Amino acid sequence: MVNWNWKATFRLIKRSPNLFLERRCTPPAVVPGFRGFSSGSTAKSQCNTFHGTKRIFPVSDYVETAGICIGMQGGVQRQCYSSLAGLVNRNPRFSTLNDEDIRYFEGILGNKNVIQDEERLIAANTDWMHKYKGSSKLLLLPQSTDEVSQILKYCNSRCLAVVPQGGNTGLVGGSVPVCDEVIINLSLMNKILSFDKVSGILVCEAGCILENIITFLDNEGFVMPLDLGAKGSCQIGGNVSTNAGGLRLLRYGSLHGNVLGLEAVLANGTVIDMLKTLRKDNTGYDLKHLFIGSEGSLGIVTKVSILTPPKLSSVNAAFLACKDYISIQKLLQEAKRRLGEILSAFEFLDGQSMNLVLNHLEGARNPLPASMHNFYVLIETTGSDESFDKQKLEAFLLHSMENELISDGVLAQDINQASSFWHLREGIPEALMRAGAVYKYDLSITVEKLYDLAEEMRTRLGNVANVVAYGHLGDGNLHLNISAPQYDDKVLSQIEPYVYEWTSKHRGSISAEHGLGLMKANKIFYSQSHETVQLMASIKNLLDPNKILNPYKVLPDSVSS
Amino acid sequence: MKIMVAIKRVIDYAVKIRVKPDKTGVETQNVKMSMNPFCEIALEEALRIKEAKLASEVVAVSMGPSQSVDTLRTGLAMGADRGIHVEFNQTLYPLSVAKILRALVEVEKPGLLLLGKQAIDDDCNQTGQMIAGLLNWPQGTFASKVILDKEKQVATVDREVDDGIETLSLNLPAVITTDLRLNQPRYATLPNIMKAKSKPIKKFTPQELNVEIKSDLEVVQVTEPPKRKAGILVSSVDELIDKLKNEANVI
Ligand SMILES: Cc1cc2nc3c(=O)[nH]c(=O)nc-3n(C[C@H](O)[C@H](O)[C@H](O)COP(=O)(O)OP(=O)(O)OC[C@H]3O[C@@H](n4cnc5c(N)ncnc54)[C@H](O)[C@@H]3O)c2cc1C
Repeated sequence: MVNWNWKATFRLIKRSPNLFLERRCTPPAVVPGFRGFSSGSTAKSQCNTFHGTKRIFPVSDYVETAGICIGMQGGVQRQCYSSLAGLVNRNPRFSTLNDEDIRYFEGILGNKNVIQDEERLIAANTDWMHKYKGSSKLLLLPQSTDEVSQILKYCNSRCLAVVPQGGNTGLVGGSVPVCDEVIINLSLMNKILSFDKVSGILVCEAGCILENIITFLDNEGFVMPLDLGAKGSCQIGGNVSTNAGGLRLLRYGSLHGNVLGLEAVLANGTVIDMLKTLRKDNTGYDLKHLFIGSEGSLGIVTKVSILTPPKLSSVNAAFLACKDYISIQKLLQEAKRRLGEILSAFEFLDGQSMNLVLNHLEGARNPLPASMHNFYVLIETTGSDESFDKQKLEAFLLHSMENELISDGVLAQDINQASSFWHLREGIPEALMRAGAVYKYDLSITVEKLYDLAEEMRTRLGNVANVVAYGHLGDGNLHLNISAPQYDDKVLSQIEPYVYEWTSKHRGSISAEHGLGLMKANKIFYSQSHETVQLMASIKNLLDPNKILNPYKVLPDSVSS
Repeated sequence: MKIMVAIKRVIDYAVKIRVKPDKTGVETQNVKMSMNPFCEIALEEALRIKEAKLASEVVAVSMGPSQSVDTLRTGLAMGADRGIHVEFNQTLYPLSVAKILRALVEVEKPGLLLLGKQAIDDDCNQTGQMIAGLLNWPQGTFASKVILDKEKQVATVDREVDDGIETLSLNLPAVITTDLRLNQPRYATLPNIMKAKSKPIKKFTPQELNVEIKSDLEVVQVTEPPKRKAGILVSSVDELIDKLKNEANVI
């Protein structure tokens, strides 16, 4: 037994009972069509099945509410709505799928990639939170831009509504059908097309899973400027389409800066080639930006080119405790000033979030077990000189300790320890799912005011629900989550529209990084003026006059029908 | 009683190892180095013994280039009282390490010597056994549980063996090497990291300890293991049986 492969053993043993060696947490792989459902699930794909019903799945499955639409199906008038999104009318202009359509798609894609299998459709119809559920009868898996183009051209001519889908990890109900839209999932377009080691520019297909890109780049000595908890399932096309922010935005900036080019297919099948690999290109309107963050409502992103920075060898992580929110703000200021160019993440979680992960996340270990604190901060530095960076970080931490900005803290001594800190922060969404129903809000608010909202919600809700606040503090991004044993319209009415009104009053954004999707399409006016929304509607009209792309989402009913 | 713990600086467990193009070894330039995980467990055990008031002092020892001091600082931040650095810039093999440890045992006179069962870089799994032999001390290797009886000067060690757990009783002084399940090492807290900065680290060279380092081993070549081939999906049981019979030749 002595000279067995210790690494394999080490992993095995450490992973199962105490998962502290687990690297970043990822949600269970959400392969479209392959997600296992508990055998007890009786979920039906009919859109009105869940009208007003709420069911709790055992163990790791969660509360489900309906995402249902109204419309004509099989000749019957159907009332469909999501209790969270409000009533949605199936747009009668859209055609209903028939056998001829299926045969046409089979002609383009081959039988194998035209999916009508019920199990796989259930998975593709259901979002990550099990909160939104569509009733699509068809999942298409194109393998090339040309196939996407042919599909869209046909759907446009037939007025068949479609929903573009990536890894289906979106948190606003944008990636699943509302009614019977055809699901176009990009998972088979997963090739890395080129990588230029001199410039660090990667060109790949939209269906590449983020984690695979991260691994690929790591082997090449580069890093992806984007990292988030859903990396094991989400796709770069989905990331671009939601303009995902994530854990390193503080350091590398948003995808509007890092995406150098893309290829997209418009609703009528036209392929728009903007797949540039140039940092500078001022020739007319920079239209790629329209597709970054438009959540599949203007076109399907099929290829992406991204600028990636070289990987730096020295990464340090500290997990710190702070007594109050004022200290955290001062700590952030100090970190920016004293850590400067090496600061790569500044994430915060409150005591309630910490309690939640410790109770609900497998492998969570409290790095500061001596006592519970009001706030925790994860600081990461990335630089090129191990001893210099460590010295700098230690000096900063010492200084912050002396000034009582930090009440306690630990500094990772190896990569596993750093990963276990990240496991806590990245595992919060998963822990929330395990804890029951969750109302998610993703808000941009000035750092100074950001936590006031969490405190006000606590006062408002009393002991009806658990208010959990965490987020990308360095970017002024609060993830406000309200966790309750089950979904309840009474709880919802305590939260909305209050949260949106509060955010609007403080000139914040009601969607910092998750997008609007179905959940917040009608809430857009809290953050955008009427004139702006009108202009958005004109652009939508120009690019997708039949409005077949991701209907009922992003833009409000008032301008989109 | 004093406990001496040997800790080694190795390529971080989570780093993907790359073999140098000339096959003389693995790439260590610009690669994250950390304390060997088994050494961390050994040190944690020593600290727990001290916290249970069964030992008075924990001395951490590391051998290697000047950066080994960083590993010692980590050990001191975890709670070791002082460090000893034996500076040596070439590869050290287990027998040399054992000889240096013997010399240090003569200086420090610990009642217990704790080591990791093996270092994850060379996977030798020899040092603990060799030093026990050189000192003629009893040894308990692959410890998954350690209980100390201060009165009787005896250590009871559970070891993981192929068919279960073997329990040994060792007279002190003794050598114990630690396995994975022994404990979960602590994190280095900020106050302890600060305290560690003022803890002493004594420096020696092998010459000063009268240890002659000569290697009776020569590394001929280091190569990567063959890449695993991707699996295939078979469409039926018949196809599977056919492949097992005719391609894999296993049935
Ligand atoms: C555990 C967890 C952590 C998360 N953390 C973060 C975080 O830190 N920061 C953050 O910003 N987000 C976060 N998210 C949400 C985030 O938006 C998604 O994870 C991700 O960006 C979406 O990628 P996806 O491939 O899953 O897209 P999907 O969920 O499949 O789709 C999202 C939207 O994009 C559209 N879309 C997808 N692919 C395409 C395409 N190729 N062309 C056109 N439209 C397309 C869909 O129609 C939909 O509207 C998190 C989600 C989870 C579950």
